[in-house]
Amino acid sequence: MIKLIRVFLSVVIASAVLLFVINRLNSAEGFSSGNTITIYNWGDYIDPDLIKRFKDETGIKVIYETFDSNEAMLTKIKQGGTTYDIAIPSEYMIQKMKEENLLLPLDQSKLPNLKNIDERFMDLPFDPNNKYSVPYFWGTVGIVFNTKLVGDKPFTSWNDLWDPSLKNDILLTDGAREVIGMGLNSLGYSLNDTNKEHLHEAKAKLDTLTPNIKAIVGDEIKMLIANEEAAVGLVWSGDAADMMGENENLDYVVPSEGSNLWFDNMVIPKTAKNIEGAHQFINFMLDAKIAAQNAEWVSYSTPNKEALKHMPKEMVEDERFYPSPELTDKLEVYENLGKKNLAFYNDLFLEFKMHRK
Amino acid sequence: MENKLTRNIYMIPYWLWIALFVIAPILLILYYSFFDIEGHFSLVNYQKFFTPVYLKMTLSSFWYAFLITLISLLVAYPTAYLLTKTRHKHLWLLLIIVPSWINLLLKAYAFLGIFGTYGITNSFLEVIGIGTKQILFTDFSFIFVSVYIFIPFMILPIFNALNELNPSFIDAAHDLGASKWTTFRRVIFPLTMDGVKSGCQVVFIPALSLFMLTRLIAGNRVITLGTAIEQHFLVTQDWGMGSTIAVFLIIIMFLFMVLTGTRKRGM
Repeated sequence: MIKLIRVFLSVVIASAVLLFVINRLNSAEGFSSGNTITIYNWGDYIDPDLIKRFKDETGIKVIYETFDSNEAMLTKIKQGGTTYDIAIPSEYMIQKMKEENLLLPLDQSKLPNLKNIDERFMDLPFDPNNKYSVPYFWGTVGIVFNTKLVGDKPFTSWNDLWDPSLKNDILLTDGAREVIGMGLNSLGYSLNDTNKEHLHEAKAKLDTLTPNIKAIVGDEIKMLIANEEAAVGLVWSGDAADMMGENENLDYVVPSEGSNLWFDNMVIPKTAKNIEGAHQFINFMLDAKIAAQNAEWVSYSTPNKEALKHMPKEMVEDERFYPSPELTDKLEVYENLGKKNLAFYNDLFLEFKMHRK
Repeated sequence: MENKLTRNIYMIPYWLWIALFVIAPILLILYYSFFDIEGHFSLVNYQKFFTPVYLKMTLSSFWYAFLITLISLLVAYPTAYLLTKTRHKHLWLLLIIVPSWINLLLKAYAFLGIFGTYGITNSFLEVIGIGTKQILFTDFSFIFVSVYIFIPFMILPIFNALNELNPSFIDAAHDLGASKWTTFRRVIFPLTMDGVKSGCQVVFIPALSLFMLTRLIAGNRVITLGTAIEQHFLVTQDWGMGSTIAVFLIIIMFLFMVLTGTRKRGM
């Protein structure tokens, strides 16, 4: 018994000492004072060099943390344990965070570089007048295909996926709006369609795609397609860029019928302590040269039209990632359809998943 | 009197635990299941559960859980039996249990590589002349990986039951002229039935609500009630429907426990 108490006590003492050391370390690095900001971003989504440069220019130290899904980020910000000053959620999550009062409004007078953002990407339905958010990167949903495996078969339309030669060769991203959206787009309907007949029609059309579908997977899709487990995939353009970096046989296309246009955006969550520093950081990232350097490093599409002038021509003129204005006009941003319609999308998606070959 | 008081004090942590972590969550699930997606009190979720979509899902969950349990049992019983016959039986048992210390997600990812088109299994099939087959994202791979993950939990109780079996019963059966098969059928198996039952419970109940493997290994070609709960809670945010499915899972599991539970039999 005495031995047990001793073991127990030593664990408690050790933990207390560790906690004390961590506290000292944090204050030694100036973590608790006003000259730091905490950034909460996706992994591999900023040029680390820029974080250093921001510190050199402003004297503000950056604590950088990453998340791998919007939902995980939302949970952590809701809990409020860490004082995140900047977060970078996707557009549908911004609507949700707005509804739940988790965002602070931006002071646009402190963001003079906001003028660098292309007007096409300002004042979008998910955040009118950019009251809470500034676009960080944007992209599309499209088809990634392996030219070695599919041969010369061109991909220009969603309907090309229904080709019998692709039997059991397509992977889909596990997202209700992406997959049902593909069905809607292939029929010429809007991605934000809430007409139940149209949705049922789209689901029936997707059912006929079942023989071609190998699997519906999550983030593993990047690894699986890069490893040539399947020839074709329905993916976000950012994931496609990652895969193309891994496997040179891959190519990406946004089908001509139209597709989704998505945005990741900088916001200041309610948990922020250093609101002044957060504004400084957003303005810093909006600078044309900084944004250009970041876009080159991350290889996603930047909404900063001044930055494009500082970027390599072959990158900016790559229509796969900077689609022409004609195609961009056909792209749609997801609107918040409301819980009920979203549930209907998900029910259809569940039924589609259960449809057997 | 004092004795009774101290006993009651000792019972406090137990009752607190039961109230906080067993009764309260079940009541909460039951409570949530009566709200529709817009937060109005209604029975619509229960109505929805009895539509073909969810009934089909329930049946398929049952079918896969049944297959997983059956195959686990068929593999585990002979294994456990052989283990009790080996000299260092506890070492061998430990070796079988060691994989269950490794994170489930890690094991699932490993199988993505092993079963992939260019994985080890297919290289082997290619060498022996069968040729590359699709293994990943099939019923086979789903059941195989699930059995692999659950089998230690099936072997353990059966091993313990066999280990505790008094060998003189078997000797007696032999002396009375029973063949090996009869001894097994009439003596060994009935006496280890408790181990088999608890093994089946430990495998069948979690297998009914598997969700991660359905995506990673079966590529969402297998949809179980667990998948649906995950989707309703995380994606749709329809906590009501998710809870309703959970209520039915609890009922099903309870029934299964009662049916397989050990009943006192007059010896």
